[in-house]
Amino acid sequence: MDTIQRNMSLTGEPPKALNVLQKLGTLIGMFGLTIILMAGFNIDFPNKALWLTIALGSILSGVVLFSLGAYRNKIAGIKNDGVWFKSISNRGYLAWLMGIALTLFYIVLYFYPAYLGLNENGANTGIIALFDPLSMFLSGNPASEWFVYGTLYTIAIFAFGIKFIWKYRNNRHEKIRTVSVMFFQLSFAFLIPEFMARLNSETFSLPYYDLKNIWPLNYYNFEQYRVDSFISAGDIGLALLIFGVVSIFVITPILTYKYGKRWYCSWVCGCGGLAETAGDPFRHLSDKRMVAWKIERWVVHSVLVFVVVMTTAVIHSYLGDDATKYWLTRDVFLISVAVFLTVLFAAIWIFKREQLKKDARYGAIGYLTIILLLTALHFSSGKTLFLFEAETLRSTYGFLIGAIFSGVIGTGFYPIFGSRVWCRYGCPMAAILGLQQRLFSRFRITTNGGQCISCGNCSTYCEMGIDVRAYAQKGENIVRASCVGCGICSAVCPRGVLKLENGPLEGRIDSNEILLGNDPNLLQLINRN
Amino acid sequence: MEHIVIIGNGISGVTAARHIRKLSDKRITIISAETDYFFSRTALMYIYMGHMKYEHTKPYEDYFWKKNRIELKRGYVHTIDHLNKQLVFTGGETMSFDKLILAVGSKPNKFGWPGQDLKAVQGLYSFQDLQELEVNAPNKDVCKRAVIVGGGLIGIELAEMLSTRNIPVTFLVREFGFWNGVLPDGDSAMINRHIRNHNIDLRLGTNLREILPDDHGRARAVVIEETGEEIPCDLVGLTAGVSPNIEFLKDSGIELGRGIKVNRYLETNIDDIYAIGDCAEQRQPIGNRKSVEAVWYTGRMMGEVVAQTICGNRMQYNPGHWFNSAKFFDIEYQTYGWVHSTALKPDYESHFHWIHPDDTKCITIATNTTNGKFLGINAFGIRLRHEIIDRWLTEEQSTDYVIRNLGSANFDPEFYLRFERSIKQAYTNQFQTN
Ligand SMILES: Cc1cc2nc3c(=O)[nH]c(=O)nc-3n(C[C@H](O)[C@H](O)[C@H](O)COP(=O)(O)OP(=O)(O)OC[C@H]3O[C@@H](n4cnc5c(N)ncnc54)[C@H](O)[C@@H]3O)c2cc1C
Ligand code: SF4
Ligand code: SF4
Repeated sequence: MDTIQRNMSLTGEPPKALNVLQKLGTLIGMFGLTIILMAGFNIDFPNKALWLTIALGSILSGVVLFSLGAYRNKIAGIKNDGVWFKSISNRGYLAWLMGIALTLFYIVLYFYPAYLGLNENGANTGIIALFDPLSMFLSGNPASEWFVYGTLYTIAIFAFGIKFIWKYRNNRHEKIRTVSVMFFQLSFAFLIPEFMARLNSETFSLPYYDLKNIWPLNYYNFEQYRVDSFISAGDIGLALLIFGVVSIFVITPILTYKYGKRWYCSWVCGCGGLAETAGDPFRHLSDKRMVAWKIERWVVHSVLVFVVVMTTAVIHSYLGDDATKYWLTRDVFLISVAVFLTVLFAAIWIFKREQLKKDARYGAIGYLTIILLLTALHFSSGKTLFLFEAETLRSTYGFLIGAIFSGVIGTGFYPIFGSRVWCRYGCPMAAILGLQQRLFSRFRITTNGGQCISCGNCSTYCEMGIDVRAYAQKGENIVRASCVGCGICSAVCPRGVLKLENGPLEGRIDSNEILLGNDPNLLQLINRN
Repeated sequence: MEHIVIIGNGISGVTAARHIRKLSDKRITIISAETDYFFSRTALMYIYMGHMKYEHTKPYEDYFWKKNRIELKRGYVHTIDHLNKQLVFTGGETMSFDKLILAVGSKPNKFGWPGQDLKAVQGLYSFQDLQELEVNAPNKDVCKRAVIVGGGLIGIELAEMLSTRNIPVTFLVREFGFWNGVLPDGDSAMINRHIRNHNIDLRLGTNLREILPDDHGRARAVVIEETGEEIPCDLVGLTAGVSPNIEFLKDSGIELGRGIKVNRYLETNIDDIYAIGDCAEQRQPIGNRKSVEAVWYTGRMMGEVVAQTICGNRMQYNPGHWFNSAKFFDIEYQTYGWVHSTALKPDYESHFHWIHPDDTKCITIATNTTNGKFLGINAFGIRLRHEIIDRWLTEEQSTDYVIRNLGSANFDPEFYLRFERSIKQAYTNQFQTN
């Protein structure tokens, strides 16, 4: 061993071949996709309902067969063999191919729905027409590009959810969590809004509303057309509007206090649901470097500021000035927002300042000052609120964040950047929940004394790019704003070091310089310093 | 400025460096012949299995060392000249030191088997071993069968590694149950069955006689001592334990035994030279611990302690209650306190064993029969909370108490099925039937 070797590359040649079931699954799944693609090239299927059923059924059963082939004959346990050797999960050729295909799909979906068969006036054609029968069946209306997307999305969460459950069948926590994600996608995101649409008539109309989609994730919730239609829909509409406000200001803080942000991000949310199921094979691709963490903090909180500013401007733009007509005037609203933000900021500053990193303090002060200055400027000199028209802000946000970030980059780049790019860098909802999780929640990942062997499985498989090992090997609990509580770090840890749990705030972050197991005197000595 | 030189960039050397940096401004250099940066030896298996890449096994990003002013030197120390306080590298380069920490780790054991130095015969310890394995056993076509000699923790890891590439494995274990010089019979038997479920050809009570060469000096088969059977193979893994890596110190004047002899302060017989981690041998074993402890956390703890001593706060290495953990294919294992193997347990130690019908979970609790006190616990497939069990050991609780409160020590993920009731039941029944 007294020679020095410089070559650090290990190639690895795992058994690559797919087994018969996996090949069959791939074939059947591809068949389903091909039907849909053919519809895209305007091949007119005679019995659309039948062909759609065949297509969706094939995709679903293809994925299920594939996972059966992959896991059926294996003993329950961690199934990460060869992850870094396979082209698809190691940013290889297949990964790029898939990334490009997904990205193209999103671009067409968001910007050129005509190619999917959406016609300005006149009946649907192409892919969208293929989905008409299902849409008619559910809501009584013809399909839209969003209905197509929603259906495929739900199928993906379902099919890959089943795969996930097979893969982690040794882990009851993961199984239950995945059933929850599948349930919320199927019912809340997919079926209920369609059924709600059935209630609509000439005189009564509710906007499309996925009840579990909370502002600011659904940044459009308080736009004028929606608020108008909520209000015009009488009691039910008003109830929904109030629910929208209550869910962000009351329900969310309570649940996050009790369980951490995971109740939403890993158990309910649709974006999270897709990341956890279809995105699972890519979770290890997240960037673990310290600089990625820095970028994450700046970007995600900037998006949060953007959405607050945008929503404020939008609501401000349609409120009235006359206090006798309605109590909530522009000025009242604007002042309330400013007061709310200032109080929130002051509370964090007074009680939790020492828990904020330096850049977080600068950032918070900076952003608050800018918002308050712009508001003051508006009042004093009558300049446009936040300098831009509300509509400009709204459409810019919708384009940059709503479409490009959450769709094209967030999902299209799964095979390149990992499955939670959107959740980590872009989602303003995650930013709010994260702030609370970091500062005011019972949730933490407990580290088990001195058992960590620094192997790095936890960090590698953390989809949020958290360097879990850095905490575990110090015996420190993991309390990070970005942790979505997926539980995979705990699952893959070969030494039983990590446990997601809720407990008292007292002693939530134990930072021990010396770990359990060593001389008690040394423990005391060092941990006191 | 005082120059602290550490030979070995494993967990013990690196921990020492980190803590010296925390406590002082001394100049620190870490030397290693193995890799440029500290990586986790414990994760070697995951690289071969494709769970991780080499980068992921590095606990600190590369910028960490510069930022903390810890100098890294790649090179092999050939001799130590303690009179002049100087190291000589292969190639003749020298480096002087004021204080020297030896954290040189272990090397795989070889017991003088004929053929043990043939090609395609290897251990699994260093990064270079892993590279060699990649050459010897890249897939099941090049390596049609592997034979592993020695049923310990590294042997079973190697078996798991090879089986992920569908390479058939014959696993020779000298004892009559896997690792049952350490594990009680009930625990060991469950692991035997689990190993066989993974299609490993597990041969218990079987010794290696010799390794046969082919025309190119490569291993082509092994011969079994007991039966004379010849098993053709393309790889022989020698995993019969490790011992301190001290050959290069033979003429250094540093006192050696099985390892580098140290006192409780981790000082060698020579002033300003210390030894920590796998390579250190305590002159007096501490409690039930072995005099050479080759596990991860003891290396870490010795690093923590020696840093104190070097920074002027002379301190004894004083480990708390024994604990350890491992994973046997899909079954996690944790142990706290002392649970001896059935053959080696002292007269006063009795065992309570519970096993789940699915054959992947069991526990064994050791009790001192003279006073009913709890001595230790082995848990397979069930995670336990270190802090709680450690406290019970310190408080010298009775086994009755431990069984009653076992639920509070559970560390399994939320929503996992719990077995405390079934364990309690079995514990009570044991007294009724006896
Ligand atoms: C495959 C495997 C799995 C393991 N799994 C576990 C586990 O699960 N749990 C556990 O507790 N323990 C485990 N261990 C044991 C654990 O890894 C060791 O106890 C630990 O790494 C020892 O650390 P160390 O710092 O003492 O020495 P090492 O990590 O061995 O570091 C010594 C370093 O010194 C270098 N060196 C030696 N001599 C010289 C010289 N003359 N010049 C320059 N450099 C030199 C070596 O190249 C090496 O890099 C495992 C070991 C292996 C091999
Ligand atoms: S830290 Fe663990 S639970 Fe949190 S996001 Fe990462 S892997 Fe999931
Ligand atoms: S917490 Fe577990 S997975 Fe993470 S480094 Fe430690 S032992 Fe490995």
